[in-house]
Amino acid sequence: MADQDLLETDQPLLVAETLSKSYGRIAACRDVSFSLYPGEVLAIVGESGSGKSTLLQLLSGQLAASGGQVSYRMRDGVTRDLAALGEAERRLLFRTDWGFVHQDPAQGLRMAVSAGANVGERLMAVGWNHYGRIRESASDWLTRVEIDVARIDDAPRTYSGGMRQRLQIARNLVTGPRLVFMDEPTGGLDVSVQARLLDLLRNLVAELHLAVVIVTHDLAVARLLSHRVMVMKGGRVIETGLTDQVLDDPREPYTQLLVSSILPP
Amino acid sequence: MNAPAYNFAYLDEQTKRMIRRAILKAIAIPGYQVPFASREMPMPYGWGTGGVQVTAAILGPQDVLKVIDQGSDDTTNAISIRKFFAKTAGVATTTATEDATVIQTRHRIPEAALHANQVLVYQVPIPEPLRFLEPRETETRRMHALAEYGLMHVKLYEDIARFGHIATAYAYPVKVNARYVMDPSPTPKFDNPKMDNCPALQLFGAGREKRIYAIPPYTKVVSLDFEDHPFEPYRFNAPCALCAAENSYLDEIVTDDKGSRMFVCSDTDYCEGRQAAGHHGALSAAPYKDKAQGGANG
Repeated sequence: MADQDLLETDQPLLVAETLSKSYGRIAACRDVSFSLYPGEVLAIVGESGSGKSTLLQLLSGQLAASGGQVSYRMRDGVTRDLAALGEAERRLLFRTDWGFVHQDPAQGLRMAVSAGANVGERLMAVGWNHYGRIRESASDWLTRVEIDVARIDDAPRTYSGGMRQRLQIARNLVTGPRLVFMDEPTGGLDVSVQARLLDLLRNLVAELHLAVVIVTHDLAVARLLSHRVMVMKGGRVIETGLTDQVLDDPREPYTQLLVSSILPP
Repeated sequence: MNAPAYNFAYLDEQTKRMIRRAILKAIAIPGYQVPFASREMPMPYGWGTGGVQVTAAILGPQDVLKVIDQGSDDTTNAISIRKFFAKTAGVATTTATEDATVIQTRHRIPEAALHANQVLVYQVPIPEPLRFLEPRETETRRMHALAEYGLMHVKLYEDIARFGHIATAYAYPVKVNARYVMDPSPTPKFDNPKMDNCPALQLFGAGREKRIYAIPPYTKVVSLDFEDHPFEPYRFNAPCALCAAENSYLDEIVTDDKGSRMFVCSDTDYCEGRQAAGHHGALSAAPYKDKAQGGANG
């Protein structure tokens, strides 16, 4: 049992090897390599157009890479190349073992169906066929993301921005994924709502032992959530290291600029 | 009876061959929506152009055609289509379910049990069961291909969350041959059990959406549901006012503006047959029915 646990955290969950993506002459992403371990939070920071979102799409298999490969250790312990998975397997992976939190909740939610059905959809997709149990699980998750259970039958379009984002998180976590991708999850929210969401995320990540790849331009988000930071510029990773190390003692001139351009409150 | 100005059954032979190929493919893959090059028909979309094209493609000179609309043989839609084929194909027509070899239907399955020599042709407005949940055709096709049908249960979940029971009363989604989820066209869910293991061939034509699908004879058809909210066919809790039938699908007819209503069989042929056989309901006082003729060509 102990060996099993050791193996579980000892082996990387997601491995990227010399990942590249070019659109014609434009290289959006060049030679990115890293390993992500279970329970580890990796922040990808950089300015707009630095290739962060492209990288996230490559990692999550939504975009085919021009070079390099991404491999993922499946629940059965076998590490497999994502590009070699069939579409059915990839989609199953996407809605069971992975989560994807979009910046705009409208992209990740079904705005016209109730919150309960939004959370329950992944469960029904993997064959849950008992209304009472689906609903129980949905209300449990709404409670965990601090949404009033009385609003379980309301459509997300009646929710505030912060509630929508929390609902999107609940929807992604309901199947107990091991890896969650987040694309600017706090973008577009006001500061106090951001703080609350970050607090919630940090608790959930620790509690569920989630591995997270989070793309953000907000260094405060990276500081608060992540263990490691990758700084990107012009499609390349220019600096990587422990969060505190990179943010307190930036080596590259660009990172120094990035860190020093935070406005003091 | 026949009009030489038309090719047999209106459509030209090449078109009929194209439609037959689509039908054969549909039969080979039960519940799968086969695209076909739907033609303009001399009637508006929504009047059964899909069903008419399927009927035209399978009709032979020996066939006996019955056309029903909401179970009734004598509504405008049913009469126009019946006359259309009487004129362009010169085939015999009937209103008796047992005598027909091809039955084109809009929104009902006849009450009388179908037999192996019959083909039931449905007119379908929207063939895609996932359409209102997923508007992208590329995505719904992929979902069918990968048998990702969780979304269909989302719709049923919404029903229960909102109304306390599965409130979908028509176009109730079914799973055909344990593979494809299919929209049975807007038939009441009362008719869903009749599709299961049916001896007759069932063909579905959607003219505007350009799709044909099929349920071959003796195919398993299961209505989707939840373990704790099982599928239940719905029927008004009353006997037919004309023939006292307890097990047929009923139409509700409002008879005045004071709230009076009567329930009558939606399948007119079934109802007339029962009345001819001596069954009388509370309101069957119409004297002309006492001729006890029931059935053929009214």
